[in-house]
Amino acid sequence: MNTPLAEPMQPVPYRIQGFERETHDTFTLELKAAGEVSPWVFAPGQFNMLCVFGTGEVPISISSNPADTASIKHTTRVVGAVTNAMNTLKPGDSIGVRGPFGSSWPLELGRGKDVVLIAGGIGLAPLRPALFELLAYRERFRRIILLYGTRTPRDILFKRDLKRWRSHFDLEVYITVDRASGAWQGMVGVVIKLIQRAPFDPSNAIALICGPEVMMRFSIEALQQRGIGNENIFVSMERNMKCGCGFCGHCQYGPHFVCQDGPVFGYDRIASIFSKAEV
Amino acid sequence: MQTLKTPLKEHPFFQGLDDSHLETIAGCGRNIQFAAGETIFREGQEADYFYVIRHGSVALDIHGAQRGAITIETVAAGEIIGWSWLVPPYRWRFSARAVVKTRAIALDGRCLRGKCEQDFQLGYELFKRFAHVFSERLDHTIMQLLDVYCENPAKKIGR
Repeated sequence: MNTPLAEPMQPVPYRIQGFERETHDTFTLELKAAGEVSPWVFAPGQFNMLCVFGTGEVPISISSNPADTASIKHTTRVVGAVTNAMNTLKPGDSIGVRGPFGSSWPLELGRGKDVVLIAGGIGLAPLRPALFELLAYRERFRRIILLYGTRTPRDILFKRDLKRWRSHFDLEVYITVDRASGAWQGMVGVVIKLIQRAPFDPSNAIALICGPEVMMRFSIEALQQRGIGNENIFVSMERNMKCGCGFCGHCQYGPHFVCQDGPVFGYDRIASIFSKAEV
Repeated sequence: MQTLKTPLKEHPFFQGLDDSHLETIAGCGRNIQFAAGETIFREGQEADYFYVIRHGSVALDIHGAQRGAITIETVAAGEIIGWSWLVPPYRWRFSARAVVKTRAIALDGRCLRGKCEQDFQLGYELFKRFAHVFSERLDHTIMQLLDVYCENPAKKIGR
């Protein structure tokens, strides 16, 4: 892992290298170390704690290409005080980084299999590094299929990436939106419909899901109906991550700490608690 | 001569239906084609048919006075559109238009209702299939109503 983990509770100062508005309420920050640090190494699915000095600290998934070790990107939605403050940052401004933390997508398990990535809304951000890695080692996998559902056409993230990915002959990208007006010629409906139709072999596939929990619950049911076993389904969970090191217990999820044991879990490990309202 | 029985048999909606029932249903049907952008039916009009989509894609729209047409779902090959022919007052609850060139089988609702009244087994088989479609679309509507992508757990933790 990266050097900042040597002092996991101490934020390392980074500079904003780039700020890109993705949609009306989401943006991507590109960060570069302010001083000398070793190349940034992370595994797809991991997250960092980002600290806006004087405002607060939040966990944000890493959305950049793992092969790009010179800088790191985080994509988030404006939802509260800290992300609001981040939304006002400009190139050259300072931000604190702790991480990377947590578990990653088990892409090795997809070798020789179909890999289905299912993203809902902002959930595409933590899956983006996985897709970069899958494409970097394309020959190891059979079909790679991205199923992406979001609210409306204007909420579609990473439009340039999606256009590029769609032009790959060996990657299938299907997008649906919950509602649309006349100009949209694409699919309208929930992401579940994409799962029902997607051309993968359920007996030889793994599925990686990231999105709101309700959407993940319905997606898991749809995958099970297609015949994928729980051991081949992986989900990225979101809980109240604070320390990132399993010290504070804020992100306890049944017997797990999401910041350490997660955020990526094999569904077979959490199936018994996944839909429990009390957990 | 090839009848509509064969394409109906191949369509997922009619899977498992026996040949005599398929024959009966085919007797109420005809092939139909829609150009891209063509209106298939409009909200409020009499619902005489339901459509078995064979190729293409159809958008289901609801019209809001100020907001224009809002697409609530697209339906593609392997699916069906329309159950208003089953429920009085037999009027479409939404509009449908072909997104791309679309081929379908149009089944005459009045004809089918008559056949179902005569053959309860056929009626039961058809209703089982429609119940499945209702249940699935209800699930989808719940998800859409929940507006899950707007879900904001981060607010709780002050992000």
